[in-house]
Amino acid sequence: MNIGAVFADAARAALDPFAIAYALAAIGLNLHFGFTGLLNFGQAGFMLIGAYGLAITVSTFGGPMWLGILVALLGSVLLSLILGLPTLRLRADYLAIVTIAAAEILRIVFRSGWAAPVTGGAFGLQRFANPFYALNPIPDGRYGVANWAYSERTLWLMVVGWSLVGLMVLLVWALMRSPWGRVLLAIREDEDAARSLGKNVYGYKMQSLVLGGLIGSLGGIVLAVNQQAVNPDTYQAIVTFFAYTALILGGTGRVFGPVIGAIMFQVVLSGFDSFLRRAIAGGVIPADVLATQEVGIVRFILVGLGLMLLMIFRPQGMFGNREELLLDAR
Amino acid sequence: MPADAPPAAQTAVLDGVAPEIGVAKPDPILVVDGVVRSFGGLTAVDVDHLELPRGLITGLIGPNGAGKTTFFNLMTGFDKPNEGTWSFNGEPLAGVSAHNVARRGMVRTFQLTKSLTRLKVIENMKLAATQQRGERFLSALMPPAWRDQERDIEARAMDLLARFKLDKMRDEYAGTLSGGQRKLLEMARALMVQPEMVMLDEPMAGVNPVLTQSLLRHVKDLRGQGMTVLFVEHDMDVVMDISDWVVCMAEGRIIAEGPPESIGTNSAVIDAYLGRQHDEDPAVAPGASAEPPHPEPRTQRASAADEEPR
Repeated sequence: MNIGAVFADAARAALDPFAIAYALAAIGLNLHFGFTGLLNFGQAGFMLIGAYGLAITVSTFGGPMWLGILVALLGSVLLSLILGLPTLRLRADYLAIVTIAAAEILRIVFRSGWAAPVTGGAFGLQRFANPFYALNPIPDGRYGVANWAYSERTLWLMVVGWSLVGLMVLLVWALMRSPWGRVLLAIREDEDAARSLGKNVYGYKMQSLVLGGLIGSLGGIVLAVNQQAVNPDTYQAIVTFFAYTALILGGTGRVFGPVIGAIMFQVVLSGFDSFLRRAIAGGVIPADVLATQEVGIVRFILVGLGLMLLMIFRPQGMFGNREELLLDAR
Repeated sequence: MPADAPPAAQTAVLDGVAPEIGVAKPDPILVVDGVVRSFGGLTAVDVDHLELPRGLITGLIGPNGAGKTTFFNLMTGFDKPNEGTWSFNGEPLAGVSAHNVARRGMVRTFQLTKSLTRLKVIENMKLAATQQRGERFLSALMPPAWRDQERDIEARAMDLLARFKLDKMRDEYAGTLSGGQRKLLEMARALMVQPEMVMLDEPMAGVNPVLTQSLLRHVKDLRGQGMTVLFVEHDMDVVMDISDWVVCMAEGRIIAEGPPESIGTNSAVIDAYLGRQHDEDPAVAPGASAEPPHPEPRTQRASAADEEPR
């Protein structure tokens, strides 16, 4: 069995567009959950709006790609307002319920036959990112060594995508060191205290929800552009929980936490996947113990196990602040 | 006990005011009219008329469940009354949201201290400053727009922290402070808002005697700076010591108000709150007794009222 190939597979996944999408989704969640204390369980819905905003504008209505991105972002703001207006005055759990339901409603409506003329139904939409790949300055070929290699198209998306991640990290960092960020942290700690000191808690929660949602939508756009296709079932509720997993792995309430967490999540998931498959193929694991088609499930069991160990031995995540975490338990 | 008596000119305004419920006061800062709040069948607060004197310390006493905290919540926009109006500085406050009440200069603290545990002490303080340019989303991204103001705010915060002897804790998480220090921090933080009136909900609860003395001094200092203070307290020694005026609530209603001396001998207050043992020697004000009365266990209003005719 080739252990080197396992590492190469893991390394490839660490930086690929899925990692970018999870990183962006988790950066948005970090703003919601890590800094403001908002429980958004519908980040997949924001990603879906991002992806479909672009795909519908271009594939269904034949608009230009820049307009598609604009529609995606406006759609995300609209979704935040619809979710936030009725729930942000209520206790945190209401937002959680409403967001997870809204994300599922969006997915089911978008895949319904009724919406098919616009959304393509269960088949989704394809080929809406050609202008993006037309701009690719990277010559054709495969870049990297052995298994750890990317096509020129993936590489181009990675350059743009990671730049976007860097920009969003910079944005969150700049905001969180400002008095604006201080108000968000105060709301996370105790919103009545913030209110008693003259802070418009509702307004700040809304700003946080909109901004975090926008960053999540960017993740959806990256995912859609990567595959040149959108399908409603890509945006199941589990995607939100993957993003939460990435956030917790990296460390909530830390600017770099979600990025590191997304990379770790990809490494662990792909590493296990590749290891199991190669072990089965090489006869290290007998086929009657574990079949290749079962690998997809077993790797998640191992990720869950890893997450449990992390929570026991390093509950603050890789980059979290243990001191802060201990205070939280008091 | 430090003998920093209130400036004579300030307390003199109450000289001619009769100790009657709903009595008018010269230049009141807060005027309450017919505020009622009921939870289902229970009327938690029912205040016909109340005026709070500007620039003085008013103590709010009453047994548990008298509606004192609910009254605080109503006045500061944390709860909405079923009916009634109230005005602060002549401006009506009904329907004004909690954060706007604070911005208008009326700031409250909480009975259960709300320190922002995962923020550092200094951040707790800086947060409370109002009119911060850096709290607007776009200016937040441009530090030059708020850096100078932030420096001023920090200087003011350090001044206050030094006054409250918390300056050594500036970079500690608020969650690491002791209960008493959190009370101090919450009061100092309320002052960062630069309010005209502070409403303190049991500021001395669970605080050791030495710290209580220091908190008392701070409250008196506030009056010295022209601030109005309304505070809820159960320790009658404290109430008698620092209040210029005392309001007593029971079962949602105001049952007495007046200068501290008159409250200690008021039979309605004794019935409802202080307990019967004071009847044996009504000449002694509770504030003068060596042992502070502990009114909490003796608040069996119904039985006290039943046994003793007034």
